[in-house]
Amino acid sequence: MRARLYRLNWVDVVLNTFRIVIIVAVIVGAFNTITSGKYTGDQWVSLIMSGLAQGSIYALIALGYTLVYGILLMINFAHGEVFMAGAYTAYFLATYSARKGWLESQPLLTILSWILLAALVSMGVAVLLERVAYRPLRGAPRLVPLITAIGASFFLQYTFKGLYGSAFRTYPEVAALKGSVEMGGAQIPVVQIFVFLAAVVLMVGLYWIVEKTKRGKAMRAVSENKEVARLMGIDIDKVIVFTFMLGGALAGAAGVINGLYRPQGVNFFMGFFPGIKAFTAAVLGGIGNVPGAFLGGILLGVIESLGPNLVLDGLGIPAANQLKDVIAFTMLVLVLIFRPQGILGERLAEKRA
Amino acid sequence: MHENRTLDWRPLLRAGLLAGIVPLYTAAIGMVEVFNAREVVQGLLTLGEMLVIFPSLVVGYLVALGLRRSGSNPLVTLASALIAGFIAALPVTLLVLINAAIPLRGMFVSVTPKLIEILLFEQEQMLTGLALLIGALTLAGGLGGLAAFIPDRFRRALIVSLVVVILSGLLSEFIKQILQQFISRSLLKQIVKGKSLTSQAAAAIFVVTYLVSLFWSTKGQDVKSWYAGLPAAQQRQSRRVWRGILGIFLLLLPWIMGPYLSEVIDNVGLYVIMGLGLNIAVGWAGLLDLGYVTNFAVGAYITGVLISTGPLGIGARLGIDPLNFWMIIPIAILAAMFTGFVFALPVLRMRGDYLAIATLGFGEIIRLLALSDWLKPYIGGAQGILFISKPDLPGLAELLPLADWAPGFVELAQKKGVLSGLLKLLFYGEFSGPQELYYVILAGALLVLFVALRLNNSRTGRQWMAMREDEDAASAVGIDITLTKVLAFTVSAASGGLAGAIFASKVGTIFPNSFSLLVSINVLSLIIIGGMGSIPGIVVGALALIGLPELLREFSEFRLLLYGALLVVMMLVRPEGLWPSPVIRREMAAVEEESEEPPPTDKGTPETPQALHSLWEPTD
Repeated sequence: MRARLYRLNWVDVVLNTFRIVIIVAVIVGAFNTITSGKYTGDQWVSLIMSGLAQGSIYALIALGYTLVYGILLMINFAHGEVFMAGAYTAYFLATYSARKGWLESQPLLTILSWILLAALVSMGVAVLLERVAYRPLRGAPRLVPLITAIGASFFLQYTFKGLYGSAFRTYPEVAALKGSVEMGGAQIPVVQIFVFLAAVVLMVGLYWIVEKTKRGKAMRAVSENKEVARLMGIDIDKVIVFTFMLGGALAGAAGVINGLYRPQGVNFFMGFFPGIKAFTAAVLGGIGNVPGAFLGGILLGVIESLGPNLVLDGLGIPAANQLKDVIAFTMLVLVLIFRPQGILGERLAEKRA
Repeated sequence: MHENRTLDWRPLLRAGLLAGIVPLYTAAIGMVEVFNAREVVQGLLTLGEMLVIFPSLVVGYLVALGLRRSGSNPLVTLASALIAGFIAALPVTLLVLINAAIPLRGMFVSVTPKLIEILLFEQEQMLTGLALLIGALTLAGGLGGLAAFIPDRFRRALIVSLVVVILSGLLSEFIKQILQQFISRSLLKQIVKGKSLTSQAAAAIFVVTYLVSLFWSTKGQDVKSWYAGLPAAQQRQSRRVWRGILGIFLLLLPWIMGPYLSEVIDNVGLYVIMGLGLNIAVGWAGLLDLGYVTNFAVGAYITGVLISTGPLGIGARLGIDPLNFWMIIPIAILAAMFTGFVFALPVLRMRGDYLAIATLGFGEIIRLLALSDWLKPYIGGAQGILFISKPDLPGLAELLPLADWAPGFVELAQKKGVLSGLLKLLFYGEFSGPQELYYVILAGALLVLFVALRLNNSRTGRQWMAMREDEDAASAVGIDITLTKVLAFTVSAASGGLAGAIFASKVGTIFPNSFSLLVSINVLSLIIIGGMGSIPGIVVGALALIGLPELLREFSEFRLLLYGALLVVMMLVRPEGLWPSPVIRREMAAVEEESEEPPPTDKGTPETPQALHSLWEPTD
């Protein structure tokens, strides 16, 4: 016992103090808010539901990070821009189809066509990114592709700014998704339910591809061991391209779903924050783990939605909603310090994890 | 020898289309139109036209060079270059045609009528315009192909002088600003008109640089060996003279450059200070820090709070006199170092890419906190801190009765001119404008440079580099990794604090939005592009990345686009940077020598030298 105490590093002491402070702050804040009775049960339910909707969008983007990481062990920093590319391009189709009246006559088919276009564009961008920026650097030291990815991220942002302009655009309103449903006494907007369900459907589809198809099997083999997979006759390049395509398609779909949920703010910069948050979600769930990314996304969405009202309000911080993003970034740092393998991730060897 | 007489279509098509993407891309994102506003040579060539024509020239040259090396027939070579130029014209032609059929502007905002006008060389008739466009690009391909036939020596001189002409064309506005202090107005008009070079000036510059570079390529070796043959004492003396000239130049720089250019130099200087600091973490210790703006923000905000005479300054809050700028410098540095220390603790155990994202998170947390209403009563929220005073020193005129002793000098200080400004600063000690603040920044940069140079060869510096090469090995030889990492972050933060303090005082008002991620990305880019771990590389990087876009306003619109592209291209082509550090250069040279010893068995693609791989931790 004494020996163990003695071996405690001073850094550990500081970090554990930090952990205790955070936990105490969360408990005190939550306790204060709940005892003050400032929010009703309905309000909590609707906060949780909006967190679920936002979280499922994060989850779809996070899947792209996780898939690529699982296979290449690299963080595709530009994935947020892949999301933006699809969302921004589909915006033009969306406004066009709204003007032509297709959205009213065939809402489901029209939205599907947006998703398809966004998925195709994002896929194209992701594959191009892999081919031009990442493939030549595959054997390089780890930070080289990361710097490339940062560069590519800015390059893509400002390319789309040049192409589509810097104005903030708004997706058209979808009449079919207006209104709300009563659930446990709270009014839940239909859009939130649609977003959540759409994400679950896409997620199940991805799970099926990874687990049941031959391509998926090849992906899993490559992520297990590239050399052995090559010896088994798997074309590694093809598998990697396929992975980027899958991640890109999901990001593009997430772009349109995001546009339905939050129509405002379609812009060349729209991918940056969702990108970082989705990365947080992927780490939270355990990077490289497909169900983990989904779980992480949902969790992050709910925490981000509840956090300002539940904790920060209770600590007496004014305008707590401004600090929503701070909560997400703090979560990222906390997870990276205390559980870098994430919730569902296995403990990887030091060098890999 | 067997001569290849047939055209090889496939590579030609590929090369042509690749080159054709450049005009298409730059036209579609609006670069051609924006750059068209800048003439390189008056009435002859704009930068926008260069974007369209140059790729053809280059592809023609490269195709012809490749074919000549493989021993192709000259006619086939020339024809190939022409065809490559022609193919390069196709994508942009397609853009014009599609736009004529379906107006693209609803989606692609940059495809404006003006752009089409530029692409069609201002022809009313679309067909004549298209013919001109295709003809020009084909011809450019052919010209590039012809250049491949010029003997090596002359070709190099040609390229050098072309680059010099283009650069001086781009910078002519500033050449004008500098020259107008020294030469008569009528002479100036002969050289620069409006914002561009006159054609006779361009021709003169071309001829002179051509001759000089030709001379240097024949006689350069002799000059070098003559210098090397001088006795050591004389060499040392000449080096001292050069250093003296450099010192005087640096001292007089703002007065030679004028106020606007001084402002640009000031910004470059601030980034040099930050670059030198971040270089400690990234270049030497191998810790990719994307949150360097944190230190900059802390330095600036602490300066703001302590020396502002506004309602948020301690003067108004606590009823104490606001501190003086010179007292704040150590405080800002210490505060930034403390921040660096605190933020280093959580990331100590993180691996490279996680560390990058976590530090990025820190930077954003700081910005969001500065923006929030929560901290608004202390640091002003979105409104920021106002009324931050400028540095001030007791001037000679206040200390001594100068007006009695040397009235001539005092009078001179009131006039305009290179020496007067300096005298005025000496007499009154007011650092009010960019030209005076330059000295504060220069002093800061020299201080940081001194510390960096001392650290580079110190025990700690060696420990950082050992840690960068291999953490486990460094730990095994007894280096305390924890301490070394914390030290790297802490020391690196110091110069961020210094830059922040100077910045706050320089601009007088600070807002949270001045402390966005872009600052971190700027600093990181300039280090990487200049050359990781290399001190002259940082200066080169800052001049290229911070200075150039401010000089050429057309560039600044596409600044981040170009940074992004540069980062990618740099990592792919020249990961050691523009001006690599001597250690890396030496290692690369060693690798080259090694590989030269055994004759190469097959012509594979050259691999990235191993030395580079040791820059950062290995993949697995």
